[in-house]
Amino acid sequence: MSFFARFAQNRGALVGLVILLAIVLMAILAPLLYPDSPWRMVQRPFLPPLELEGFPLGTDTMGRDVAAGLMHGAWVSLLIGLVSTAVALLIGVPLGAVAGYYGGLIDDALMRFTEFFQTIPNFALAIVLVAIMQPSVVSIVLAIAIVSWPPVARLVRAEFMSLRHREYVEAARLVGQTHRTIILRQILPNTLSPIIVLASLMVATAILLESALSFLGLGDPNVMSWGYMIGAARTVIRQAWWLSFFPGVAILLTVLALNLVGEGLDDALNPKLARERS
Amino acid sequence: MLYARLIAMRLLKAVVVLFLIVIFNFVLIQLAPGDPAAILAGEAGATDEEFLRQLRERFGLDQPMYVQLWRYVSGIATLDFGWSYRQGMPVLDLILARLPATLLLTGTAFVLSLALGIVLGSMAAARVKRPSGSIIMALALVFYATPLFWVALMAVVLFSVYLGWLPAYGMYTVGAGLSGLALVLDVAKHLVLPATTLALFFMAIYTRMTRASMLEASQQDFVKTARAKGLSPRVIQRRHVLRNALLPIITLAGLQAGQMVGGAILTETVFAWPGIGRLMFEALQQRDYNLLLGIFFFSAALVIVFNILTDLVYRLTDPRIKEAA
Amino acid sequence: MNDDTPVLSIRGLTLALPEGADRDCAVEAVSYDVARGEIMCVVGESGSGKSMAANAVMGLLPKGVRATAGEVLFDGQDLLRLSEKQHRRLRGLRIGMIFQEPMTALNPLMRVGAQIAEVFEAHGKFTSKERQARALALLEEVGIPQPDRAIRAYPFQLSGGQRQRVMIAMALALEPELLIADEPTTALDVTTQAQILALIRDLQRRRGMAVMFITHDFGVVAEIASRVCVMRHGRVVELGSAAEVLRQPRHEYTRALLEAIPSNVIPAARGGDRQQPLLEVNRLSKTFRSRGGLFKPAREVLALDDVSFTLAPGETVGIVGESGSGKSTLGRCVVRLERPDSGSLRLAGTDLSALRGDALRRERHRVQMIFQDPYASLNPRHRVGYAIAQGPMANGVPRARAMRQAEELLELVGLGAVAVDRYPHEFSGGQRQRIGIARALALNPQLIVADEAVSALDVSIQAQVLELLEELKQKLSLSLLFITHDLRVAAQICDTIIVMQNGRIVEQGTAQEVFLRPTEAYTKQLLDAIPGRAHEAALA
Repeated sequence: MSFFARFAQNRGALVGLVILLAIVLMAILAPLLYPDSPWRMVQRPFLPPLELEGFPLGTDTMGRDVAAGLMHGAWVSLLIGLVSTAVALLIGVPLGAVAGYYGGLIDDALMRFTEFFQTIPNFALAIVLVAIMQPSVVSIVLAIAIVSWPPVARLVRAEFMSLRHREYVEAARLVGQTHRTIILRQILPNTLSPIIVLASLMVATAILLESALSFLGLGDPNVMSWGYMIGAARTVIRQAWWLSFFPGVAILLTVLALNLVGEGLDDALNPKLARERS
Repeated sequence: MLYARLIAMRLLKAVVVLFLIVIFNFVLIQLAPGDPAAILAGEAGATDEEFLRQLRERFGLDQPMYVQLWRYVSGIATLDFGWSYRQGMPVLDLILARLPATLLLTGTAFVLSLALGIVLGSMAAARVKRPSGSIIMALALVFYATPLFWVALMAVVLFSVYLGWLPAYGMYTVGAGLSGLALVLDVAKHLVLPATTLALFFMAIYTRMTRASMLEASQQDFVKTARAKGLSPRVIQRRHVLRNALLPIITLAGLQAGQMVGGAILTETVFAWPGIGRLMFEALQQRDYNLLLGIFFFSAALVIVFNILTDLVYRLTDPRIKEAA
Repeated sequence: MNDDTPVLSIRGLTLALPEGADRDCAVEAVSYDVARGEIMCVVGESGSGKSMAANAVMGLLPKGVRATAGEVLFDGQDLLRLSEKQHRRLRGLRIGMIFQEPMTALNPLMRVGAQIAEVFEAHGKFTSKERQARALALLEEVGIPQPDRAIRAYPFQLSGGQRQRVMIAMALALEPELLIADEPTTALDVTTQAQILALIRDLQRRRGMAVMFITHDFGVVAEIASRVCVMRHGRVVELGSAAEVLRQPRHEYTRALLEAIPSNVIPAARGGDRQQPLLEVNRLSKTFRSRGGLFKPAREVLALDDVSFTLAPGETVGIVGESGSGKSTLGRCVVRLERPDSGSLRLAGTDLSALRGDALRRERHRVQMIFQDPYASLNPRHRVGYAIAQGPMANGVPRARAMRQAEELLELVGLGAVAVDRYPHEFSGGQRQRIGIARALALNPQLIVADEAVSALDVSIQAQVLELLEELKQKLSLSLLFITHDLRVAAQICDTIIVMQNGRIVEQGTAQEVFLRPTEAYTKQLLDAIPGRAHEAALA
């Protein structure tokens, strides 16, 4: 069975994929449909949804178009989710690989380091980092990456530890392959499936983290994001619930879709597990 | 005796971690753009040169780096977290005043989410492939994917604004002057929304964990042995599957403590719950970095204490570790 | 019901596998009886469906497997038509069962006594005090040392053999008429295996119960069976009394299986010049240290204790011993996957024990290894040709030439050059082991270490791989260090035998000396514990 056929067997994953594609489309179309800055005031404030043609989701406290903000926010959410996950992988994979492959003191030292980062409450750490580095896309990406690499390192380490004593790895040592070749050619390719699955879930968590930071007012002041929209409308929730409602639904759908896709990837990449689970 | 030694070792480890966090805080202040004095002052007197000069002297910012570090570390070792210029109070007093509210909120949410999560998770595990099981898991996934602060806001809209059932803000009715049982009930009423919204996300996590752990445990050989004895499915689920499935959940629940602190920051912000999470939000808004770092340190300490507790529970539950001791 | 009625009667049983399995039926039209007071051995290789009928009897069929035809008669009722609840009342009470893996078959969080008492509880017998008393009596009956302490123990505090005794105590608690034993000794050492077999035979005689004994091992069959049912691909190929089947097997498959049991026909020692040994192992020692935690003191296991021997060019030296004897550590030290703590290891003059890092890597091609697990020894993501060629490539041979060599080697081990472009999962266990041999040969090593190289294979495949090794030995005059727990296999291929126990060499000599005139008590004990010895002696 092909990879996609296995993926498609999980109906939730297909739904997730469709939602995700729609959101990607939103992000791509945002500059075309709403070429103006989403920060521009275009109508009277507090315009409820569906009241005025051209403003299907109404306007916010400053008269900005909610629909425009939503579309531009999609771009920011996806960008920060993907980039911060990539950075977290760049930290976590090499660390975990070295710790798991060499073991011993190197492993001890690296794992204490990882544990330290896992003990610190990660959202609080992200807040402190962004607040002190000053909010910007770069500082947000860095903060999210710094709080989310430890699970990657632990996963990769566990995989390497179980694979390094696998007989084919020992055979590779015996024929005289170098550590580098063994790590890159023998072990790493066999750890990719769980890393891919974890990465898809990490993008989802990163998007949640970003929205929570923006909600607290730690978003990049130059980009419109869903979390910021909810945070800005928090104080007027009694008068205009829709200002918080729509961006929240957008976050929920994106994170949900990513989780569903992650589960589908898991089924497709680990067919044996999927069969046992169902 | 051995437990005393274990606790001693864990506390030692905790002290090392906290020491590292202090160093980390110190480095952050140094790395931050701008004048460290201004950061410590919460930029309160950014324009007042005389004030900043006093601060530099007080914190020894004109001294070499190692002296500064020593002052900072020894200050925190004597529980001196500095002064919040914005609030005009010592940081420690501010935090201690807010701590009980946070403990009440997170404690309630933790118990609620763990209990519900284990019940729902075992139900879902027993109902694999049945619609009821799938519904539980779908709900768990939705709650897992929902931003906490948004659920909190929507709960306010629905239960306070629209239905008017529950108070939306604060910990007790201001100016009511209640005492005794009436006060307890009043606090409980205020607690319902924040605790429930905070619990939902963690309930989703525990539900998923419990189900996965139960399904894994039910694949074990000893379950087949139990069936070969002629035990009823109910006894097998409870005595053999659930008991073995709960052990990993204890450990994982401990690891969620850090997440719980993050959740508390968001829920307290929305519900104006007077805990350290809300305090952190206030510190953020006022750029009161000294207070911010103090809260950060405290929240890490809370997580460490919680981890030690779950570790002890785990060791008391698993005979393989207990008997080895 | 008179005494002639069998306890269990399986008639035309067909069990369908779920869609997508590698065949339609787990078992097809299977019929056999288990009579009162007999031990019925159901024999077959893995995948023969030998355990499936037993699962149907217990009502413990895996998900997706269902009975489509036939009946299973027990005490006049068809077990296939029982409801789950009715079936449950029989389990443990009238039919007991023990499993293969004693390490995982007991609940790790419950005391042994409580787990035995559960059997009584499941069927509502006795008060809780009586249950404990009976559990104690049962532990005594199955021969657990210090039963009054064992009853309060957790499973992790018992050895494998002791746990299997606990399983037996549980299965026999309510004196069932039928005991089903599913490979109960496969995971145990030979000496423990012999004890457990004796216990089962003894209990069976004393209680006069019927036993359905499932095994892959004809040695065990010869030891214990009254009657035998041989299965292959889900069908019964031969059925008869133990004496008939073992002495005059009618079916060709049974004959093949019986011949595949390496017999005690020991070849005369060959081998070359002892004056100039290829490998000189001198006073080798190795200690494993588990780092101590807070509660665990650091533990030290002396895996190799002052081991010395030599291996002549062209000779096959067999290292035999039970698990924990240090035989695998010895092999891993020789190929330098482990570093010995002290002693020397000279291969044609070079001391391998002293080498490290790159110097070691450059010498590695001289000693190669054939691994135990054919499923773990090949990287699932590499094509077979590349798997073989990467050795020469790592040692500087150009890719094209290395791949040509790989084709020749695959030809040599009987797989054909077309195999180069295929992935490991397209091959069976025996074929993969041939690939592993080709990989070991690719570097033209001076010495090959084979660590339990045939242990994971079915007996008929085992014989073929051993034959291939023998052939290659002749053709290429290989020097072989052959590590195995199976004395029958060692007898077949080795010129010299070294017996190890607790990290020390107990006895060494030519195969004929060690097997026919053992001098040490431990060697004799090992030889006596080989299942089926009595049968073979009777045949001789």
